[in-house]
Amino acid sequence: MGKLLAVALVLIAIISAVPILMHTWWMPEDISTHGHMIDHQMSETMAEAGIAFVAAQIVLAAFIGMFGDKKDGRKATHLPGGAKAVVIAAFLLVGTEVLALGVFGRDAWAEVYFKPAASDAMPIQVQAEQFAFYFRYTGPDGKFGALHPDKIDEGSQNFFGLDPANDVESRDDIVAASLVIPVNKPISLMMHAKDVGHSFYVRELRIQQDFVPGLDIPMHFTATKIGKYEIVCTQLCGLGHYNMRAYLEVKSQEDFDQWLKQQSQ
Amino acid sequence: MPDASAPAVHQHAAPTSFLRKYVFSLDHKVIGKQYYGLALVSVFIGMILSWLMRFHLVWTNAAIPGLQLLSKNGAPGGVMTPEYYLSLLTMHGTLMVFFVLTNAPFAGFGNYFLPIQVGAEDMAFPRFNMMSFWVTFVGFLVLVTAFFIPDGPPISGWTAYAPLSAVGKDAGPGLAWGQNLWAISIGLFCVGQLLGSLNFIATTLDLRTKGMTLARMPICTWAWFITSCIGLLAFAVLLPACVLLILDRVAGTSFFIPAGLVISDHLQPHAGGSPLLWQHLFWFFGHPEVYIAIVPAMGIVSHILMASMRKPLLSVKVVYSSMIAIGFLSYMVWGHHMFLSGMNPFSGLIFSFPTLVITIPATIITMIWIGSLYGANLRFHTASLFSLGFVSMFVAGGVSGFFLAQPSLDIYLHGTYFVVGHFHMVMGVAAIFGIFAGTYFWFPKMTGRMMNDTLGKLHFWVTFLGAYCIFMPFHYLGFAGNVRRYSSFVDDYLQPLLPVHKFITIAALVTGAAQLVFLFNLIHSRFKGAAAPDNPWEATSLEWSTSSPPPFDNFGGRHIVVKHGPNEYGVKGEKGDYIMQDSPEPEPAGD
Repeated sequence: MGKLLAVALVLIAIISAVPILMHTWWMPEDISTHGHMIDHQMSETMAEAGIAFVAAQIVLAAFIGMFGDKKDGRKATHLPGGAKAVVIAAFLLVGTEVLALGVFGRDAWAEVYFKPAASDAMPIQVQAEQFAFYFRYTGPDGKFGALHPDKIDEGSQNFFGLDPANDVESRDDIVAASLVIPVNKPISLMMHAKDVGHSFYVRELRIQQDFVPGLDIPMHFTATKIGKYEIVCTQLCGLGHYNMRAYLEVKSQEDFDQWLKQQSQ
Repeated sequence: MPDASAPAVHQHAAPTSFLRKYVFSLDHKVIGKQYYGLALVSVFIGMILSWLMRFHLVWTNAAIPGLQLLSKNGAPGGVMTPEYYLSLLTMHGTLMVFFVLTNAPFAGFGNYFLPIQVGAEDMAFPRFNMMSFWVTFVGFLVLVTAFFIPDGPPISGWTAYAPLSAVGKDAGPGLAWGQNLWAISIGLFCVGQLLGSLNFIATTLDLRTKGMTLARMPICTWAWFITSCIGLLAFAVLLPACVLLILDRVAGTSFFIPAGLVISDHLQPHAGGSPLLWQHLFWFFGHPEVYIAIVPAMGIVSHILMASMRKPLLSVKVVYSSMIAIGFLSYMVWGHHMFLSGMNPFSGLIFSFPTLVITIPATIITMIWIGSLYGANLRFHTASLFSLGFVSMFVAGGVSGFFLAQPSLDIYLHGTYFVVGHFHMVMGVAAIFGIFAGTYFWFPKMTGRMMNDTLGKLHFWVTFLGAYCIFMPFHYLGFAGNVRRYSSFVDDYLQPLLPVHKFITIAALVTGAAQLVFLFNLIHSRFKGAAAPDNPWEATSLEWSTSSPPPFDNFGGRHIVVKHGPNEYGVKGEKGDYIMQDSPEPEPAGD
């Protein structure tokens, strides 16, 4: 039974590792300026965690295979070095790993959250609600109109609760159901929730951030590749959660300008 | 700590009436079995819910015969609606985390064996003990009542994030009375656990028999003791959080609800609350809860491994010291569930560090288990197989923690199946392997009969391989960005992942079927199993010094005096290669 379990453990270790090594199911190509740092950190962690997983399973398998009870009255022996060696090894191996991951992993986090958005970043507001995303652009005046929750009216497509009759700044605001942005242009996204918690996740952008009712949360990123990508909700928000999505459309500057012109008409 | 040389003795006569003997019993052994039974019922309900969910995920529009009987609205014609999927998901998570992973390894086995292992006749407060079970049981009834009300169970997940969980019916189905029942149930559960934890702590500290110093306590008693200390602090926070949630829902307060929310076209009459407050309170409980589930399993597995290896662990002291370190650190890491929640991003780095550091004591324990196998004379009965399987699963689930401990990687992996794979392996499957190991190991003591070892081994193999087939691919799905808590996969990029989901569903159905073998073995052996000797595994701790099953007062009037440590294996004893803790024989000469 011991030998069988040992073989099973080795097979589990190998079979588990194959899809990882072959990237059978893996992250899609990164289309952001910061994503390479996350990808690098992911690969480093994968290497360290992967080696730890495979090594532990194989040593476990080896000891199980080697030290089954043969009922020959053999006296049990102990691992050379005993617990002291194990504790020192654990501290050195994991301690180094922890420090390395903690210290180097900081950079990617800092790039997304500590670095302010570029001064020329284009401001866009995204509002999440059960079960859709809406995006708001400032229009020619460069300013967002104020939000009035009591004026929200889905029927007349006033998703944000704007008050153009009394609020000049809101009159030229552009509201869209897709996030359309120019390529290589820094974007400053203000995240606003209308009802409950939601999340904004674009795999290719390496961006995920919760919407928190009551808080407006800033995010910034730059997309580097023209294309159409899915934006999905990753925070359980109610019965239509699975179907809450929008598209990120990254266009050339010319195409974007044209799109914006169409929207403002 | 001085020896408790004259322990208080709680003498109460053995009851004779059916109600007092089997229902409202003060006997910790009966209460332990009641907790175990409740966990068993819960785990089978939870498992059937997971079958239904897995089936729906891959055959979304197919009818499940009979499901409409459970909920006419949730499954018209047997086809599950998206909201009913979320109801089942909430109930699955709540039942499994609270009523299985907390009840069985801690309250169930702990109740039965902690007093016996320290040489006591009962718990310190038998009436509190009975109350803690019955409060928990009422909590269970309140929770499952949600299945049968028109509104149905809540759809907000076992984490019940506000404001979804706080604003009532406007936010969706199940969020009116269903959510109320959930909050009341969990509040009651907290009361039960607080009473239970106090009892465990008092019993461990006050009722140890003569000679049972702290250092001579078996490793699983240590684990239950440490878990009680963790639970006492964790449930003491979740309880008021549930009260505040109920107040927001029924009394018009706004602890978790800010101003200006428009839900189902209604401007909500709340202002000034914070959804993040719920998350902080919930995860301040929620992360230690992981250790409430896993530390007892660690103790049980260590205990069984030593009896199986016929030698002590390299250092038991290092293991329980590491458990204490884990318990301590578990209170500093809750924010790693909230890296992307909108809290100050600097907090992300602060919470990341202790999260990474907690892997050190966890690794020490794992390496002690593996290193101790070197030079062992390992016996392969079902309990030892599940213990070894536990170690393998704990490693597999543990290494993915390296990813999730880093906020920068959470940006990609948070909210995906990677997280689901991680916690199912390290908390769910590993703890359940601990429960299985404990069941096969202690069943003879609890019932006086042996379980069938061949069926046990069949159960082990299908469960072990099946668990890897189910939960390892979850990690791959996470790398592909597969979002969790979706009732079906309509996004374009998720379509190519459907075959992986099909594979997982089939593996889940097969693995689940193996649990029916376990259930059969459990019930059949209870009545028809071979008679169990007092000490079938040639183990050393006090539960093996008494009859199988133990008499009402645990030791038949004998006053136990402990003369040996709990792990004297691989020595020359009178009965074989071990010395019982209460054996009068002298300490063996050093190696």
